[in-house]
Amino acid sequence: MSAILKKFKRSKNANSIWRQPLAVVGISIIAIWTFLAIFAPWIAPYDPNAQDADKFLTPSAAHWMGTDELNRDIWSRIIYGARISLPYSLLLVVLSATLGSIIGAISGYAGGKVDAVIMRITDVFFAFPGIVLAMAVAAALGPQIRNAVIAITIVAWPIYARLVRGLILNAKQNDYVTASALLGSSALRTMVVDLRPNLSGPVFVLASLEVGNALLLLSGLSFLGLGAQPPAAEWGSMVSMGAVNFDRWWVGLFPGLAILTAVLAFNFIGDSLRDALDPRTAKALRD
Amino acid sequence: MKEILNLKNVAVEYDRHGRKVRAVAGVDLTLNSGEILGLVGESGCGKSTLGKAIVGILSPITGEIVFDGQKVKKLTRGKRPEHFRNLQMVFQDPYGSLNPRRKIGMQIADGLIVAGMSKKLALLKAEDLLEKVGLPRNAVGRFPHQFSGGQRQRISIARALAASPTAIIADEPISALDTSSQAQVANLLVNLVDEFDMGMVFISHDLSIVRRISDRVAVMYLGKIVEVGTVDQIWNNPSHPYTRALISAIPHADGTSFMPKDLPGDVPNPMSPPSGCRFHPRCPLAKAECASNEPELRKLADGRDVSCVLQTAGSQPVTITLN
Repeated sequence: MSAILKKFKRSKNANSIWRQPLAVVGISIIAIWTFLAIFAPWIAPYDPNAQDADKFLTPSAAHWMGTDELNRDIWSRIIYGARISLPYSLLLVVLSATLGSIIGAISGYAGGKVDAVIMRITDVFFAFPGIVLAMAVAAALGPQIRNAVIAITIVAWPIYARLVRGLILNAKQNDYVTASALLGSSALRTMVVDLRPNLSGPVFVLASLEVGNALLLLSGLSFLGLGAQPPAAEWGSMVSMGAVNFDRWWVGLFPGLAILTAVLAFNFIGDSLRDALDPRTAKALRD
Repeated sequence: MKEILNLKNVAVEYDRHGRKVRAVAGVDLTLNSGEILGLVGESGCGKSTLGKAIVGILSPITGEIVFDGQKVKKLTRGKRPEHFRNLQMVFQDPYGSLNPRRKIGMQIADGLIVAGMSKKLALLKAEDLLEKVGLPRNAVGRFPHQFSGGQRQRISIARALAASPTAIIADEPISALDTSSQAQVANLLVNLVDEFDMGMVFISHDLSIVRRISDRVAVMYLGKIVEVGTVDQIWNNPSHPYTRALISAIPHADGTSFMPKDLPGDVPNPMSPPSGCRFHPRCPLAKAECASNEPELRKLADGRDVSCVLQTAGSQPVTITLN
């Protein structure tokens, strides 16, 4: 993965990611959120859980985004919320991409009945709306952020499995795979040595497009009370408090905007990465 | 001269939507160390299928393939037995046969690493092999897209050489190259066969190249070998009507002595091959018995094998003239 990033930094050609305005916007937004998350204790004007103010204060110079039902400063909570939403969405993507890639690789390489069974299982997962399935799993495991992560991973892996299976099916037709077998490589070695380099690019692109989804699912579960538990400052659960107090517009609006900007930024980056990395598109631009 | 490869009655079938297609229908063939055996025939006659069966990519439904004393088994997901790593293949497509995302040094070194050599030593050996095929030593660090088709084919050959092969199946190794690279790669193959005393099956439809580099030639038609002989025998005095037609189909620059002779009709569908001699519907010299009796390969007095009723085992070949 670091090799891929290095390649971007070196390439100054037309389809370099740094030439794409949307990518720059996305990267900037994520950089800001990351900065806020890391330096939250110094940036946040108040303790996110301190109940010092009055409840439902409208936005003002003292409380930029007002206060919530429990007298807490919303801007401070949003800054601390970035400490949950960003790392957990990245963790989710890493987990589901790893799990899905391994299952997909087995499916594609083994073929036959193994492949058929695994693909029917992914069909079942695709037949459910993701949030519904994640709710069911999270509810069954109990409301906890760790269980929400497990639930979302379970929902999210099939898309990677499908992608990797297709890539492997395609790549294993190549003569170089046969040549490698003729030289004495076992199937496992061929997968790791010969086929893995074909996967990292597309999987990385898909993963970057999925970070936004993961963040949405996580916020969604928290909104429903199945993710982060109070008093943790989590954007999804803050929106949920806003939904209860619908007439106090600032309670739900600002955390909602936080989710919006982060998801949008991740999608901008994913889209631009796809344009930059997709071998076909990239090749078409070069030739 | 040592016999390195022996095929007895090898048949390979494909399954096409439930119907069996017998692409190779009973082939007997031998290959000796230090010789190049040209395998020629029209597209679709089963040359490549036979090549794939020899190395074990496809498994024959009947017959057996013996490489250096051991019967070839189909490639599995496990490691290929060490004995058979000396039986290598060079593929036609110089683009698909190298992994575009790996440095070529590592691709060549792979065979050595699998055999237990350290990575460092294997990479050094890969440099030697690159030199052997006429590429600079520093090419190890480059990727396949930095090379031309001819250079890639040499890299593929270097990769096969890493397994120190005693036999190589070259499946149309120069068909996809431009003319100047064709000559270079063909010369390289000839030199390597001499240097390492390996046997090579050179599958091609380019008769003039086969004539230049082969010691012996096997002519294939619709899944069967119709004639096997030395280059001289095949070219100067073909003893099978199909060989005669094939040889006379080579265009000559002077345009006078040989005019391409078209055979009547098309290659029959291998799903339902003709009865008797497979060539009889197109053969200008066919007799009544050809439609019912399938001729066996017979050895003639000059040492060649041919499957045609016009020839008698043990006698000198009868000269074949068409029309």
